[in-house]
Amino acid sequence: MFVRLSIAVAALSLLSGAALAQGAKLTDPQIAHIAYTAGVIDINAAKQAEKKASNKEVKAFAKDMVRDHEAVNKQALDLVKKLKVTPEDNDTSKALSKQAADKLAELGKLKGAAYDKAYVDNEVAYHKTVNTALETQLIPSASNPELKGLLQTGLKIFQGHQQHAEHVAASLK
Amino acid sequence: MLPRRYLTTLALFALGAIAVPAHAATIQIVMENLVVSPAEASAKVGDTVEWVNKDILAHTATAKNGDFDVTIAPKQTIKSVLTKAGTVDYYCRFHPNMKAVLKIAP
Repeated sequence: MFVRLSIAVAALSLLSGAALAQGAKLTDPQIAHIAYTAGVIDINAAKQAEKKASNKEVKAFAKDMVRDHEAVNKQALDLVKKLKVTPEDNDTSKALSKQAADKLAELGKLKGAAYDKAYVDNEVAYHKTVNTALETQLIPSASNPELKGLLQTGLKIFQGHQQHAEHVAASLK
Repeated sequence: MLPRRYLTTLALFALGAIAVPAHAATIQIVMENLVVSPAEASAKVGDTVEWVNKDILAHTATAKNGDFDVTIAPKQTIKSVLTKAGTVDYYCRFHPNMKAVLKIAP
């Protein structure tokens, strides 16, 4: 637990470090880009898990992640279209994508039960990181009320995912 | 033409009134922000449950004992008639944290 928590904290400080490096409050186009990127990252991890996972519960969890994150990202795309906002790439999105690519490669080398455990543990840590970022950075920084609303909905959904992942992680022990 | 259609409609209404037993009620169960409310609902056999999904995600109402398994698409409402009595624990297969109880009296 402590190790997992410190990984999450380290990941978060990386995330906030990148965001703070910009020196200014995040703009709505940047927030939209970060939120969408965070979703894509989890979809990619889940698609890898759908192929690689051996445990039934882990496979089902991965399927749930694809279904939910695709639904949320579709809402996000519809919203930015409606608001005529163009999501803007930024250092936080780049840092997230880089970390995710490294993690995907690392998980790609594992097999069987070792893979299942590593994937689910990472899902717990990842959702924790994203939820903290949503709560402390993205939601407070969002100006448009509809964007803020969607982020708040996202937070509730991802808190559910975190609990679900924690439940699956506990069942693997 | 018009009067005949009117009569047919009336007849249909009358049939409907006979077909639905007077005591049957409709119970609304709402899924919003990954929470089922009410968490504990009471109904009777013959009652209709309206499963209202206000989320942007798909949910299910899946009975642990296998009595029902309803999938509710995002922003949709599904009606189902209760046919069997019992205290049924149910959950969402996609979001296992969503749990609730439906008490169905005979």
